[in-house]
Amino acid sequence: MSAVAPAVLSTSHVARKAKNQLATVLVTLAFGIALIPLVWLLWTVVSKGWHAITRNGWFTKPVGTRTYRDPGGGAWHAILGTLEQVALCSLIAVPISVMVGIYLVEYGRGPLARAATFMVDILSGVPSIVAALFIYAVFVTTFHGQRGGWLVSLALVLLMIPVIVRTTEEMLKLVPNELREASYALGVPKWKTVTRITVPTALTGIITGVVLGIARVAGETAPILILVGYTDNVNGNLFSNGYQASLPGMINAQVANIGANRSFTGQPIHNYALDRMWGAALTLIIIVMALNLIARLIGRHTKFMY
Amino acid sequence: MRGGTSNEPAAPLPAPSIGGESVDGPTQRSEEDTPLDDARTDVEVAERGAAPIRGGEPSAFASAEPLAVSTLEGGPPVAGAGLVSPGRARIGDRLFHGAAAGSGLFVVLLIGLIAAFLITRAAPALADNKSNFLFSRDWSVDTGTLHFGIVDLLWVTVIISLVAMVLAVPIAIGIALFITHYAPKPLARPVAYVVDLLAAIPSIIYGIWGIIVLAPHLRSVQRTLYHLGGFPLFKDKNVDVGTIFDGGVVLAIMILPIITAISRDVFERTPPQNIEAAWALGATRWEMIRMAVLPYGRPGLISGSMLGLGRALGETIAVMLILSKPSPGAPFTFSIFNGGETFASKIANSAAEFNDPKQTGAFIAAGLVLFVLTFAVNAAARSVVNRRKEFT
Repeated sequence: MSAVAPAVLSTSHVARKAKNQLATVLVTLAFGIALIPLVWLLWTVVSKGWHAITRNGWFTKPVGTRTYRDPGGGAWHAILGTLEQVALCSLIAVPISVMVGIYLVEYGRGPLARAATFMVDILSGVPSIVAALFIYAVFVTTFHGQRGGWLVSLALVLLMIPVIVRTTEEMLKLVPNELREASYALGVPKWKTVTRITVPTALTGIITGVVLGIARVAGETAPILILVGYTDNVNGNLFSNGYQASLPGMINAQVANIGANRSFTGQPIHNYALDRMWGAALTLIIIVMALNLIARLIGRHTKFMY
Repeated sequence: MRGGTSNEPAAPLPAPSIGGESVDGPTQRSEEDTPLDDARTDVEVAERGAAPIRGGEPSAFASAEPLAVSTLEGGPPVAGAGLVSPGRARIGDRLFHGAAAGSGLFVVLLIGLIAAFLITRAAPALADNKSNFLFSRDWSVDTGTLHFGIVDLLWVTVIISLVAMVLAVPIAIGIALFITHYAPKPLARPVAYVVDLLAAIPSIIYGIWGIIVLAPHLRSVQRTLYHLGGFPLFKDKNVDVGTIFDGGVVLAIMILPIITAISRDVFERTPPQNIEAAWALGATRWEMIRMAVLPYGRPGLISGSMLGLGRALGETIAVMLILSKPSPGAPFTFSIFNGGETFASKIANSAAEFNDPKQTGAFIAAGLVLFVLTFAVNAAARSVVNRRKEFT
């Protein structure tokens, strides 16, 4: 640094000031540039999807047999599918992830802990399509199973684990050591200290992680493309063969209709499938944003504890 | 873990601090089944040795220590004041420890399983492949004989990610600097939150927005670059909407929050003495950033960018929706103003045709390459971050 400093400072006063001004402008501009896509995207989705989701029956009806020329229909089949797939995924991923977090903070030392930390990092970088291919290779190619909603849940587990493990780890590290020591001092065994003292103290933080994990997987599309077929009808059974809708799946299914804006005779017509696509997109964004907001609120609440 | 009882009242201070520095959480101590009191004795001995150097400040401390140590020496620790019988406690501890370690092991095995299954399922297809997997541009797996190679996929995957990086990295650094060193304090948090919101938007929504709304607006930009021309990347242009460039721009938006978050983290941790030293030399704000913040944050920037790269390489649905599929047999071009397919988008595009295990194996082989690619990028990024952590 000593080599850099004189070189930087020796340029003329005016040039230095100008450079500083320029840097300030560029840095502020960078933030402005980031705002453009966010606002633009949100505005697009809200303005195009608002009509669809405020319509009667959006949250209670499926698309059914309607084509892009037919108005109406809702996203109930997709919402139900997404909720079920995410619920099964959470049921599996949450206990595993929290235990991994506990292991890394309360027990972890030595080669296994180092390997686990590394693998959680790697897992967080595994592309969703690879996770999906893995589940496909195991359950469909190897065990000759059929595609289905529950396979999607399994693929989502792989994507959810790293998010929850990381947050759990961070939160457990924040728990003051005195609490643990006080508990040990009373003769409480370690497992009870962890389950009754450490985890409850960090609970809000862990819940934040879980909610963020749910938000992360709710919008995943790649596993849905590979592991389950899309249907326009309600299918509430995760394990029934082959077809279950979900919000990302619904959006993807309507994409095929993007270009369809003329009738058979060449008359321009209104494309209702596109309306439903933006409606599904808005529904998905609302769910994910709401989850993020909830996580943030819980997280803020946590900070006051220490 | 039992038996800390006796020294608890005598030693209120040593627990959280060693030599005046706060110890970062329980990872340092209380691991495995090492009794806590052992560790504590060590701490206290160290503390006593260091006491004179720190001057007269902790006098209460010094007087407390001999008491604590002496009580510890008096026989084995009392087992939990009769609250829990030692045998039951040990079983509970062992079970819980086993469950926790088992979960850790599960995560480690998971990565191994992913690799193992991808390899074994790709192997038959690779063995039957009539083309060179690494150097061929063919991809026909529908008929009886398999011909597939990854050159095209690799090129598009890499170039679309690089376009995204070129656009995202400078902007992300700018935003991170804005949040840490330019924005007024009350503004910094909302700004950071807004950038994080970009990460919350599902990628399929980036995809439909990118192809329907954004791509038509990028046409004129591409036309301008094309006419500047000459450079192989900008040379020819067969597609108007749905080019690699369009995909790169959308990917850039998607990886912006990751790179920003990590850069912000390292910029925030610049040692204040470095910053103050720069101010003391009479540096302007920008000079301070160049002298203190950027050199300190460089490893973090590199690893943040690589994590962003890893995300871009594996992004599926947004890229699949945006890129227009080239017609089979189209000649290879370097141009970013053409369509194409990445590893991920190829697999996703063909998902409906996964019928025969061998044909599926070709796609699993492509997935395996993607897995190796992202594994390498992420592992490299993490090693840079972790090495840094050891220094700070």
